[in-house]
Amino acid sequence: MEGTKTNKIRYLSIGLFVIVIAIMPLVARSRYYVTIGNFIGIYGIVAMGLALLIGYAGQVSMAQAAFYGIGAYTSAILTTQVGLNPWLTMVAGAILSAGVAGIIGVPLLKLEGHVLAVATLALSIVVSTFFVELRPLTGGYDGIGGIPRLSVGGFMLKADFHYYYLIWAFLFFLFILSHNIVHSRVGRALRSIHRFSGGSEMGAESLGISPTKYKVQIFMLSAAYASIAGSLYAHWVTFINPDPFGIFISILMLIMVTIGGMGSLWGAIIGSCLVFLSGELFREMVPRLIPGASGEMEMIAYGLILILILLFMPRGLVSAPALFKSWAAKATRKASG
Amino acid sequence: MTSFDQLLQFIIGGVSTGSIYVIVGLGFMIIYSVTRVVNFAQGEFVMLGAMLTVSFYKAGSPLGIAILISIAFTTLIGILFYQTIIYPIRGAPAFALILVTFGASIVIRGVALLIWGTGPKHLPYFSRTNPIQISGAILNPQALWVMVTTAVMAIGLFLFFRYTVLGKAFMASAIDAFLASLMGIKTERMGLLAFGLSACLAALAGSVMAPFTFPSTSIGLYLSVKGFTAALIGGLNRIEGVIVGGLALGVLEALGAGFLSSGYKDAIALTILLIVLTFRRHGLLGGAEAGQV
Repeated sequence: MEGTKTNKIRYLSIGLFVIVIAIMPLVARSRYYVTIGNFIGIYGIVAMGLALLIGYAGQVSMAQAAFYGIGAYTSAILTTQVGLNPWLTMVAGAILSAGVAGIIGVPLLKLEGHVLAVATLALSIVVSTFFVELRPLTGGYDGIGGIPRLSVGGFMLKADFHYYYLIWAFLFFLFILSHNIVHSRVGRALRSIHRFSGGSEMGAESLGISPTKYKVQIFMLSAAYASIAGSLYAHWVTFINPDPFGIFISILMLIMVTIGGMGSLWGAIIGSCLVFLSGELFREMVPRLIPGASGEMEMIAYGLILILILLFMPRGLVSAPALFKSWAAKATRKASG
Repeated sequence: MTSFDQLLQFIIGGVSTGSIYVIVGLGFMIIYSVTRVVNFAQGEFVMLGAMLTVSFYKAGSPLGIAILISIAFTTLIGILFYQTIIYPIRGAPAFALILVTFGASIVIRGVALLIWGTGPKHLPYFSRTNPIQISGAILNPQALWVMVTTAVMAIGLFLFFRYTVLGKAFMASAIDAFLASLMGIKTERMGLLAFGLSACLAALAGSVMAPFTFPSTSIGLYLSVKGFTAALIGGLNRIEGVIVGGLALGVLEALGAGFLSSGYKDAIALTILLIVLTFRRHGLLGGAEAGQV
């Protein structure tokens, strides 16, 4: 009964994970861990969107930073300058991001993969330039401060660990949503398109499935995810400036998804954890080993990891158990002659 | 300065930077036409060329030798990059190849930061002449060096591809790699040639532009994107197209920076890229991914 056993293991591990996440702030020794947890959660949401896009639409997008920023800035501007309810601004940001993604996506997603990557990179740069240049709206380099907090019911969320639970609640909700999408008709259609999951675009088209339409839908969805994450970020830290919304975030997202595993939602979360934690570790350790050097070593390490993973484990860490199994099987076959 | 002179100044500046974009674009074109890979590290090769030339020159070698060593070094790195990273995963899906060149560009930039830091570098002008006066506008003689280099490069490539055996084999591989291999052309060698040649051209470009652009280790990314835009306008396979694309991009950028705000300068190039992609390219580059039946 292989099926039920793996299912049981899966539910157990999910349950375990939920418990670990839930009790972490209560047992953590300092607020620092909660802050890290918040970042992992926020990036995890963006990464999940990207994982869906790459894994199921086969499109490498560097535009996550753009939508993350649009979400954050929409929330910031609409709450501070127009006085809207923060939840409404989150929805507005998501709609705006999805809208931009939809408009840009229709022509761009018809492009060949490499060209699309450059186009999305260009988009990220253009958007972050606007964040800096549209000073009356965005405050330029000074950014926007005094962003109001989110409240649930009458309760205003102020502490870091409030946002911790909020962010991770969002993450789980979006995780389940993504999971349902993947296993729905839309997901099956997507998998029929993408070569990576065994499909072919021409084959799909002959069945009446329009690859571009589904790709655009996923692109819009991933944009919405990134935007929501951005809004959460804005209301948590209450102050934003263009810094965190540059291409660096896009790079980070790609690394997270690659390390974790392309089409895998779990991979996105694991990738987010690993990348963020190792980033922090790096920032702690490297200045002690090599005085003066920090940012550069981080860059080099990220790039090398990216390359190595793509060379040796292109399906990411989530494929490690499967890889291990096949390696072990090969080894035992050789041993038994 | 009359407004005509001002316009002329912008155009001259635009042609200067445009020439750089042309060279970077040619590098993209060469690699893409044979391997169907967009080499995100192309801009970093330019940066490396500039940095290495500055370092060798500062270490005491004469300018010409410094440039040659720098080109040799960068070409070697380009070849190594192909051999160790691109060639082993050449059958991988598009996203892997994209991410791999992107990862490489990050590594190269990180190492460059370690070695050279973040400050702008200075290289002396190649010739000690005064700025050239054209009507009311000024042309920096180094910019003339750049334009001449670009022209020589473009003509050289054109002749190479059309009239030498190796060049024609290269074009054959670019048009149809499978058929070319049936004819006995080794496509791996073509990929190697593509990367080596592009790195070589990039290093030369970096060296020639260094004296008047004061390069730093961070120029790679923007150069990559703008050079790619130039190449794209040329359809990624026509030298003439890349030239037109690069020069047009440079001039439009200069005009935009002059008449709008300089902060938008980069955004202009990228918006042009996005517009071009929206309206012209998806037909020319084909809808199906390379390799699919």
